[in-house]
Amino acid sequence: MTVVLEARNLVRDYHIPGGLMKKAKTVHALKGVSFSVEKGKTLAIVGESGCGKSTLGRILTLIDPATSGDLLIDGNKIDITKGDLTPEMRRKVQIVFQNPYGSLNPRQKIGDILTEPLIINTKTPADERRERGMAMLKKVGLDEKHYNRYPHMFSGGQRQRIAIARALMLNPKLLVLDEPVSALDLSVQAQVLNLLADLQDEFQLTYVFISHDLSVVRYIADDVMVMYFGEAVEYGSRDEVFADPKHSYTKTLFAATPRADVASIKARLAKKQAA
Amino acid sequence: MALLEIENLVVEFQTATGPFRAVDGVSMKVHEKEVLAIVGESGSGKSVSMLAAMGLLPWTAKVTADKLTFNGRDLLGMSSAERKKIIGKDISMIFQEPVASLNPCFTVGFQIEEVLRIHLGLDKTARRKRAIELFEAVGIPDPAERLGHYPHQMSGGQCQRVMIAIAIACNPKLLIADEPTTALDVTIQKQILDLLMRLQAEHGMGLIMITHNMGVVAETADRVVVQYKGRKMEEADVLSLFESPKSNYTRALLAALPDNATGDRLPTISELFVDEPSLQGAAR
Repeated sequence: MTVVLEARNLVRDYHIPGGLMKKAKTVHALKGVSFSVEKGKTLAIVGESGCGKSTLGRILTLIDPATSGDLLIDGNKIDITKGDLTPEMRRKVQIVFQNPYGSLNPRQKIGDILTEPLIINTKTPADERRERGMAMLKKVGLDEKHYNRYPHMFSGGQRQRIAIARALMLNPKLLVLDEPVSALDLSVQAQVLNLLADLQDEFQLTYVFISHDLSVVRYIADDVMVMYFGEAVEYGSRDEVFADPKHSYTKTLFAATPRADVASIKARLAKKQAA
Repeated sequence: MALLEIENLVVEFQTATGPFRAVDGVSMKVHEKEVLAIVGESGSGKSVSMLAAMGLLPWTAKVTADKLTFNGRDLLGMSSAERKKIIGKDISMIFQEPVASLNPCFTVGFQIEEVLRIHLGLDKTARRKRAIELFEAVGIPDPAERLGHYPHQMSGGQCQRVMIAIAIACNPKLLIADEPTTALDVTIQKQILDLLMRLQAEHGMGLIMITHNMGVVAETADRVVVQYKGRKMEEADVLSLFESPKSNYTRALLAALPDNATGDRLPTISELFVDEPSLQGAAR
């Protein structure tokens, strides 16, 4: 299998400049993270807020440069501070954000939202842009009649489908999904997860799936990386990590996840009776 | 006697396209010292029915019920002045977004003492003493110092603890928690749920947990009400709901949990649960 994404010892520091009353400070958001993802696979990144998972997402999507360390996409080393960021490179990585209510421009029609990446990154003529937008809408389970509507006319799940469609317009190889289902209802969540699985099969997409919901991660991931205060404290295949968590933080995380099976309800009720 | 009794509650909102029925004939009872979970997706009317019971809905809402009583007293008929004496004292509520539900312009100490001043009429020193006690009870370290902090200086989990402290300040008989942990991390969620369950047991409160997370239901509830499009689909004790769900909707909801996934695809609710024709349009 070909490795699509490789990170070697990524470090990201944020410098907060000092002022009259306070000293300058450096926040170590990422302290040396390494991993690799093969084509068509899903790496899940798990951790609580402030652990650096979104910082990592920003580096992977070429928004922010890493302070040190190497990022390889499709075998090519990329350093956006040195001007390696060509339009071809930009096309390879796309992102889907957590909140579909915030990530779509309310003043743009769905068609304009979908074709904007083509206008910016390619020289596709207008009629072809329209065609590809329509085709993509159908691919994510929406209809051609939705092309001229505005985001507020859609439900949360439909909006997330539109956000996914926009990310796929440039035929990317790597999709970074930043908590794509945590704002959605259970039933809609299942639909969006199924859609992501279908699209991965069809386009051989590679996913980096950022989440804090372990039940979703267990369902969708091939590999899992657990982050804690900027470090990868656990990294392995899904089955390894879930069967035998090594780090104490991973164990805490598993213990904190609410269980919805009959046995644990019985155990809880028995404990309550005894108390 | 039941603490809160709701019979055939209907809530309608006046909209430009005609009345919208958000809650359609819901009945439920909460007993003393009981934890009732109300489960449903967004739009199922689970929050609206509780807001209606507390009289917190805007004037565009039309609330009718055959019975809506708290501790034997009719909540619908009473004047707003009378209701204000109960709301915040005997019934209190915790909201989903802790950071947004605290006032950013005042210290958390001021906000908790405001409740004590209005409902209990304590003097300044007694208020401060009680506020420190409450902060200790909800597990905020260094309470005396923390009273002087503003909400933005605290994390989401700490703000939710402050909200809980304010809610239990007057030893309420009934606490309504509207998605209390949805905005929080898993580890913090566990802490807040443990805290709520401990306080509920210690004070013998009735507790209503409004949530869409089946895991939270499994970890906290005694009895569960499942709502869909403003209607009650099922009511059962927690064990029989998970063991042998009666309504098709509950079965679909449980099957859509990624935990229960068998094979590559998650069953979606629309595949498993076909809306009964009688329900279609009922909630629109």
